[in-house]
Amino acid sequence: MAKSEDEIVVGDAPASDSPAVTSTRAVDVGVSLALLAFAGVLAFDNWRTGMGWDATGPQAGYFPFYLSAILAAASVWGLAKELLVRGQASGTFVTREQLRRVLQVFVPTLLFCLFTQWLGLYVASFLLIAGFMVFVGRIAVWKSLLTAFLFSLVMFVTFEIAFDVIMPKGPLESLFGR
Amino acid sequence: MEAFGLLVYGFSVLLTWKILALMMVGLVLGIFVGVLPGLGGPNGVAILLPLTFTMDPTSAIVMLSCIYWGALFGGAITSILFNIPGEAWSVATTFDGYPMAQQGKAAEALTAAFTSSFIGSLVAVLLITFLAPGIASFALRFGPPEFFAVYLLTFCSFVGLGREEKHKTIISMALGLLLAGVGMDTVSGQLRMTFGFDELLRGINFLVAVIGLFGISEILLTMEERLALRGHAASISLRVVLKVWKEMPRYWVTLLRSSVIGCWLGITPGGAIAASFMGYNLAKRFAKDKDSFGKGRIEGVFAPETAAHASGTSALLPMLALGIPGSGTAAILLGGLMVWGLNPGPLLFVEHKGFVWGLIASMYLGNVVGLILVLTTVPIFAAVLRVPFAAIAPMIVVSCAIGAYAIQNAMFDIWLMLLFGVVGYVFKKIGIPLAPFTLALVLGNRAEDSFRLSMIGSGGDMRVFWSNGLVGSITTLALILLFWPLIGGAFGRLRSAFVRKTA
Repeated sequence: MAKSEDEIVVGDAPASDSPAVTSTRAVDVGVSLALLAFAGVLAFDNWRTGMGWDATGPQAGYFPFYLSAILAAASVWGLAKELLVRGQASGTFVTREQLRRVLQVFVPTLLFCLFTQWLGLYVASFLLIAGFMVFVGRIAVWKSLLTAFLFSLVMFVTFEIAFDVIMPKGPLESLFGR
Repeated sequence: MEAFGLLVYGFSVLLTWKILALMMVGLVLGIFVGVLPGLGGPNGVAILLPLTFTMDPTSAIVMLSCIYWGALFGGAITSILFNIPGEAWSVATTFDGYPMAQQGKAAEALTAAFTSSFIGSLVAVLLITFLAPGIASFALRFGPPEFFAVYLLTFCSFVGLGREEKHKTIISMALGLLLAGVGMDTVSGQLRMTFGFDELLRGINFLVAVIGLFGISEILLTMEERLALRGHAASISLRVVLKVWKEMPRYWVTLLRSSVIGCWLGITPGGAIAASFMGYNLAKRFAKDKDSFGKGRIEGVFAPETAAHASGTSALLPMLALGIPGSGTAAILLGGLMVWGLNPGPLLFVEHKGFVWGLIASMYLGNVVGLILVLTTVPIFAAVLRVPFAAIAPMIVVSCAIGAYAIQNAMFDIWLMLLFGVVGYVFKKIGIPLAPFTLALVLGNRAEDSFRLSMIGSGGDMRVFWSNGLVGSITTLALILLFWPLIGGAFGRLRSAFVRKTA
């Protein structure tokens, strides 16, 4: 069996060195602050709803109010830890090269969500897959278009026809009267 | 042997062409999902959940759990052939699995992984078969205080026993519980935390959050790491399978030990990941020649795989018997139960016998069929990895969006999914664990309800949580677990002081 195994190689080389955008500590602090603010807003809302007791027991805001207090306390703990306990250098959160690649997926996904709202899910899915394969994956145009079309079609048949799960649809589908 | 009779009944529920076909579909989809790095058990189950919305609950759970078994099997393929764990719990499998593949023993390693997974699950399923009905009938006597105490125990054990930084676990859990409370309050009917947004009236759906947190964020992370796959192709011949199976009984101690560890950690919320590492490390510690580990030793594949599957399977025990999931994937299956209109908890065993025993029977059958399936189809699934990521990534995004939309037919949920995707990406990178969040989000409402019902029952007296021996000991245990790091530390210091004194 020794020589029957050929190697499978996919994908491109690992990332080269690239300057850091932010440190993990900075993000950690930022997230803690955001959570603290979020906890504050929720605590206020629950205080308004009523966080005490009435004749039937705890009011609607009771449980969430104390949870927001716990969330706030844990965020403060995290903040204190990051700010007071200095020491070993914190790692890189994301390098410029990595951020670029993350945005390469994130931006198309965002556009896909927008298009879903206007054009329906299936058309948006065709555009996303074809666009992503051509521009990010640099795969031949005909392969990309074919894959995107087939995938969207299979999804349409599976969900709309076989399983009766209804997706958002746009002008194209209404053209076919669905 | 009441359980045995019920199990036979379960098989009778199962043996229809439709369910068997769904089982195969589930297994194939699951292996596929497990093989692809960037998609895992929880994501796969969450994304494919919408397919089951129009099915009856028994077919639905059989298909979903088979996706889960398939994903467990599939994870091993990528870790052994490519040194890339398809799942977090397959990391320990790469230590010895990949070196074996490099030495041209890929087929042996794969056979070992699949077979030991099978054994691990089998032990766990036996445990479920004979233990779950007993626990469920015991839990039928539980009132709201007992249930709240059990929920508390679940949450506290995550904080106390988790490996992450404590405050991060607490943040994740509190956030999950809070978001579970958004929308209509189930007890008083009042609206809360909606800030006047109509879309928030429905509340934040658990599955939408899971799809975003695990599916979308995983795509972002995979893209960031820019996977360069380099691995071995392999096919398994019957000769190799028989050879490995003949060797296997020699490692019965390792297999048994890993199964026990897996079952234990699976039932305790904490999950399969810890189990696979623990199984590996213990096997190494007890071995005579420790240095041979990490260099392609077959025992190093047996140990983590057995433990991972035992824990992945036994995580379903508390879900079935108590309505408390032991792992992230079990939490998603629990979310599924609610979508299909079942009420998770001990009553399931009484009210939906066909469902419960059909599921348990499908665990036996699914694992046997899964084992045969993976052993025969490895080359096909390994070839899936040749498909460029640029084609897979957008397809996963589309599947996620379909899944998120289908749950409540709401466009808002697609946006929510995207938001959770970003949150999940950031949280994973700064080390805030996502499993406690998932668990808190799915259990949040029921935990709150049981708390408020206990309070209403007792007239606001907190002592209700110590009102009888059962609830008192659960509550106390929960508090001990919560402060375990402190208590354990104090014990350690006491002991070392004592040792110094006597020495």
